[in-house]
Amino acid sequence: MSVIPASIGRFFHRTASPPYFYALADKLIPWLTAILLVLLVCGLYGGLYLAPSDYQQGDSYRIIYIHVPAAWMSLFVYVLMAVMAGIALVWRMKLAEVMLIASAPVGAGFTFIALVTGSLWGKPMWGTWWVWDARLTFELILLFQYLGVVSLYSAIEDKRSAAKEVAILALVGVVNVPIIHYSVEWWSTLHQGPTVTKLDKPSIHVTMLIPLLLMALAFKFYYLIAVLQNAKLELLKRESSSQWVKNLLEKKA
Amino acid sequence: MNWEVFLEMGGYGFYVWTAYGVTFAVLLLNILWPIMQRKQLLRQLIIRQKRGQR
Repeated sequence: MSVIPASIGRFFHRTASPPYFYALADKLIPWLTAILLVLLVCGLYGGLYLAPSDYQQGDSYRIIYIHVPAAWMSLFVYVLMAVMAGIALVWRMKLAEVMLIASAPVGAGFTFIALVTGSLWGKPMWGTWWVWDARLTFELILLFQYLGVVSLYSAIEDKRSAAKEVAILALVGVVNVPIIHYSVEWWSTLHQGPTVTKLDKPSIHVTMLIPLLLMALAFKFYYLIAVLQNAKLELLKRESSSQWVKNLLEKKA
Repeated sequence: MNWEVFLEMGGYGFYVWTAYGVTFAVLLLNILWPIMQRKQLLRQLIIRQKRGQR
């Protein structure tokens, strides 16, 4: 503790207490939703209407505005889950366990979206819904990892030990994240290489890039809202016999 | 803005709009599901608490 100032320690301790966090989530969600809606409207208007057609792919490329943000989030959420898993294993922190569990269905959703929209983009461009190449296959495995986390957690009765098992599973599975990220460089594939993250010279025009970044930001805000909703449910389930939940129920009844 | 041309998406309308439809259906479900579950849980807990007080 000596490296962390006491005031910061207190801040984390207070924020991580379930009643405080539950109330904080309630306060944050309306603001996050407002920001999400603004980003979505701007991103969709820019991407579906203002941005020009692609000179090779016509209008089919417009799937990029949901496909790429969903694919980014499918990896990003898994990395966050691995971080939560580490915290949950080392410090046995309840809120980290809750956030780990709350993230899994959201990450599964993003992965599913990345796969389905990729398929709907692949059909007109590659002439096939699916190929068993590295990127697609490992992304499919990522979906099963998310679903594995969800089902392992619900299969174990005692939620503290369930969280421990799930944390180990999530940590081990994180090896898949760099494999997916570098798969288009390591293996020859139908999937196109990175167009945006070549930061020195992105091979995408700015009128196409801005809506993409807006949508990516929108998906981040969406993740926050969805994870908070899941976390509220999980906290209530776990703490249903504690005093703060009783107080909450008295206020509602 | 010509809606017919817009919806056609240069002949790729089916792929583009199915992709967007699936995406927003999944995103919406992933938010509505925990909200519905929580409301149900709160109702059950309130009933249980009232029984306990008697």
